[in-house]
Amino acid sequence: MADAKFDIKTYRGFRAMTLLCLVVLYAPLIVVTIYSFNASKSITVWEGLSFRWYIDVFNGPESAKFKLAAWNSFVIAIVAATVATTIATLAATGMVRGGKFKLRTLSFGLISLPLMVPEIVTAVATLIFFNAIGFDRGLLTILLAHTAFCIPFAYLPISARMQGIEDTYEQAAMDLYATKRQAFTKILLPLMMPGIISGYLLAFIVSLDDFIITNFVKGAGVETLPTAIFGAVKQGIKPNIMAISTMLLALSIVMVTISYFVSKTDETK
Amino acid sequence: MAAGAASGGSATTDTYKEARTWLLLPAWLVLLVLSLVPVAIMLIYSFLTKEFRGGVIWDFSFAAYDQFFFDRGLFGDEAPKIEWTYITIFWRSIWQAGAATILSLIIGFPTAYFIATRSEKVRPMWVFLITIPYWVNLLIRTVSMKFLLRDQGPLNDFLMWTGLIDSPIHIVNTNFAVQLGLFYSYLPFMVLPIYAAVERYNFGLSEAAADLYATKSQTLRRVLLPAVKPGVIAGCILVFVPSLGSFLAPDLLGGAKNFMIGSLIEEQFKGNAGNWPFGAAASMVLLTMVLIILMIFARHQAKSEKAEG
Repeated sequence: MADAKFDIKTYRGFRAMTLLCLVVLYAPLIVVTIYSFNASKSITVWEGLSFRWYIDVFNGPESAKFKLAAWNSFVIAIVAATVATTIATLAATGMVRGGKFKLRTLSFGLISLPLMVPEIVTAVATLIFFNAIGFDRGLLTILLAHTAFCIPFAYLPISARMQGIEDTYEQAAMDLYATKRQAFTKILLPLMMPGIISGYLLAFIVSLDDFIITNFVKGAGVETLPTAIFGAVKQGIKPNIMAISTMLLALSIVMVTISYFVSKTDETK
Repeated sequence: MAAGAASGGSATTDTYKEARTWLLLPAWLVLLVLSLVPVAIMLIYSFLTKEFRGGVIWDFSFAAYDQFFFDRGLFGDEAPKIEWTYITIFWRSIWQAGAATILSLIIGFPTAYFIATRSEKVRPMWVFLITIPYWVNLLIRTVSMKFLLRDQGPLNDFLMWTGLIDSPIHIVNTNFAVQLGLFYSYLPFMVLPIYAAVERYNFGLSEAAADLYATKSQTLRRVLLPAVKPGVIAGCILVFVPSLGSFLAPDLLGGAKNFMIGSLIEEQFKGNAGNWPFGAAASMVLLTMVLIILMIFARHQAKSEKAEG
């Protein structure tokens, strides 16, 4: 269609810029992935393919530290994402299916607050809050901070999905004497599942990846993967860090891909 | 797509009107207690007196803001002069975030435009490709960037191999490295809103301009750009705001000379300087700046929406 009309849509160089954009976005990740399979002890010299550093991550001298950090990270991410997704699902139902009400704009503002406040300010404020109420810093403080921070990330895909579902299905169920609770759990919830899964996965990644807030609210000696990696990188980039990074990178990409296809499959129906 | 259009997008229904309060209560509680109240307490802390080992003494004081803006000499008894140290750090942060925003715009605009003019089938795939890196851990991305840019890193190796340069260029620990890092961190935020704007753009306008003998660059500047301006502004804000308070890129790529707000704040709580009220005051200044930018933006968006509809 566009070709017939002089092709006013295309500008010269835009394709090249797009390729440049992709190169910039992916080059650092690809380079680190390649070098994580380097057999050499030095990060500058390439000595051939090897799984050496992956074995080192699991059995090497620093493995205990990283295993504990990974355990902490995953427990926090699973709990924070579960709680945040539950809260976000309820809130989205109230916002999208709750009719018009006075506090609607204010509620939306509150839900998106963690997205508007710079992350470092959230980190400072949360640290000060725990200090003011005399709450000892540790794993629990990280968990609480992550839960609050993850809510908007879970909320956005869930509410977007719910806005796309007509309420006729629930109305039909209720005409057939389903209670509101049944209409919610048997009709709306299954229809919303793609949005909920998407929201859960995004909240999970956000929690798993968070460094700044965690760094502020963690107790002394408590580490998650990002804070452990940051501590190690301060001494210089080592090959075992690249192996851990590559594994985390792969996990994030797999989860985002699942999230993408889950939300897509349903749209084609 | 069709289902979304049929239900009229964001139409609200009132099926769960009675349960509304209970449905929203958990979110209200958690976010009030863990997001809003902490910011209020932070504001209070910025007016307290510092405890030397970190923490605060509950004595009201303007000391933190005074230290931020005024220099009263070593013993605090001289006539106040403007204290430039912290203003300089803020100014540098604004400058660095601005440079990163412009870089992102230069690369992001053509990319967004290119994607938006692909066939409807492949567009989501392109958008997905652009967003994937955003979901990779920011720390890992920043470390990867540092690895790539090092003096003995793959980029310098490559450039020397091609013969473009004879000796490695120093990129790490310069302002430019920080700009690159910020640009890399938030580039997808620039592409997505511009993409959304171009996708809605009516290309009939471009055709009309071309029919009236406008050149391609005139069409771009005079017709397309004004139409997609809200998307461009949104993209710029989404890159500028997080860049302003970023910590990882300046810390890992910039080194000690290229201090930004994020590092200044972090040092008050994690480092040995340990001045909590001052850190809280610096956070308040940063938060105020960000909120002003967001408010101007919201007003601007509301105005342009009114003008359109």
